[in-house]
Amino acid sequence: MTSILCPEIPNAGFSFENCKRNTLLQSKGLSLPKATKTGTTIVGIQIKDGIVLGADTRATEDTTVADKNCEKIHYIAPNIYCCGAGTAADTEMSTQMISSQLALHSLYTNRQVRVCTANMMLKQYLFRYQGYIGAALILGGVDSTGPHLYQIYPHGSTDKLPFTTMGSGSLAAMAVFESRWKPDMEETEGIQLVRDAIAAGIFNDLGSGSNVDICVIRKSGVDYKRTYEEANKKGTRQNSYRYPRGATAVLSTKIQNIEIETTVQHIEPMDTA
Amino acid sequence: MHSVMDSRPFFEDYSVKPMQRQFSPYADNGGSIIAISGNDFVVIGADTRLSSGYSIYTRDQNKLFKLSDTTVLGCSGCWCDTLSLTRILNARMQMYEQEHNKKMSTPACAQMLSTMLYYKRFFPYYISNILVGLDSEGKGCVYSYDPIGHTERSSYRAGGSAGALLQPLLDNQVGMKNMQNVQNEPLTIERAVGILKDTFISAAERDIYTGDSIKINVITKDGIKEDTFELRKD
Repeated sequence: MTSILCPEIPNAGFSFENCKRNTLLQSKGLSLPKATKTGTTIVGIQIKDGIVLGADTRATEDTTVADKNCEKIHYIAPNIYCCGAGTAADTEMSTQMISSQLALHSLYTNRQVRVCTANMMLKQYLFRYQGYIGAALILGGVDSTGPHLYQIYPHGSTDKLPFTTMGSGSLAAMAVFESRWKPDMEETEGIQLVRDAIAAGIFNDLGSGSNVDICVIRKSGVDYKRTYEEANKKGTRQNSYRYPRGATAVLSTKIQNIEIETTVQHIEPMDTA
Repeated sequence: MHSVMDSRPFFEDYSVKPMQRQFSPYADNGGSIIAISGNDFVVIGADTRLSSGYSIYTRDQNKLFKLSDTTVLGCSGCWCDTLSLTRILNARMQMYEQEHNKKMSTPACAQMLSTMLYYKRFFPYYISNILVGLDSEGKGCVYSYDPIGHTERSSYRAGGSAGALLQPLLDNQVGMKNMQNVQNEPLTIERAVGILKDTFISAAERDIYTGDSIKINVITKDGIKEDTFELRKD
């Protein structure tokens, strides 16, 4: 029995009820709306006793910039973060869902979650949907067994690597890592390398742009540096574009009198003598 | 055709049905152009980024072509077509000069460009052209074209990859559209160049094919003055 006050709770998981209808409409020539895909540069490296993740902040819709300062480094657990490239909605929702499941898992086991657990849950989830969930991820974190970095493809295959890049700017960023990454780097050196890799993506890949976000994960804690660097300064205007008063057309004017009933009540001051 | 009622997924690579594959002779190399004219001058600006897909070919490509002492053409779109068109255009202008023993005027040049574009009606030059110059009275003029030769004379125009983004801004700031109680003062060179730079700043914010820097040409009766201005590089 359902009503407006007591609606039926929908089944868990995706709804596929419009799929057949949509393929029929498509075969009749209807073009379906496109999802926002973020041309992106995301990177991650292992440093001495830690992980450094990096991302640019541009989201594109075809050839126009949809968001000039979006967040691509997602929270998974207090000791794990994840960079996302690909379909914006898919990266956001899949990291959110895994994050919530891991929070419950952490409470149930009364332990800090491990990075390999997050990796396994993400890859099994993505594999189940055969690549239709377009999330390309870089998962990094520090747990009881040390720092770990994973690369996860939309189809569900994963790699455990010491340094990795993904997104449309991955080639530009990887060129920087291939020439300069070395094992057991110090934190400042690692941050500088990640900055340079993201900057390479921002400047040489048109799908990436705006600012550099960096997230450092150590055993002692996380340092999320949102807008670590504004790689591009916005140009300064030559003219003023303030409109003179009265430039906006007034199409019609109507004055409505509102009648207000008022009663004035005097309050005697309290005798405080 | 993959049947709607067939629930199996369709993989094109495993299909045994004939498929048509083709080579595209066109490329889109992006870029934007803006032209603004006044009573005795005209300014034209083009960004200097040449790109394809998600990569940049060069950050320093001039897209403005000086055709005569009073005429400049701005091209954006398929760069190889631009090279081809401007080469033939220069040759045709030289032939005109030798035949008629005078320089080609801007309106004459504008008409010839339209004819040349329409000549390739069924295999067009994939270019967005804006031609500027001074007319016979010395007034600034702007001619804009579609790829197959439709042309229109106006006083200001934006074209190229960010053209649709920029035209409304020019309509408001140069054409004084959608405003009440504003007096339309004659445009100065300084204001026109200022608007042009600011419009490009805005374009570089939102269009991925516009950026790096702009080349500006200011055309007056005294000749053509060149200027450059830096844009964001991402």
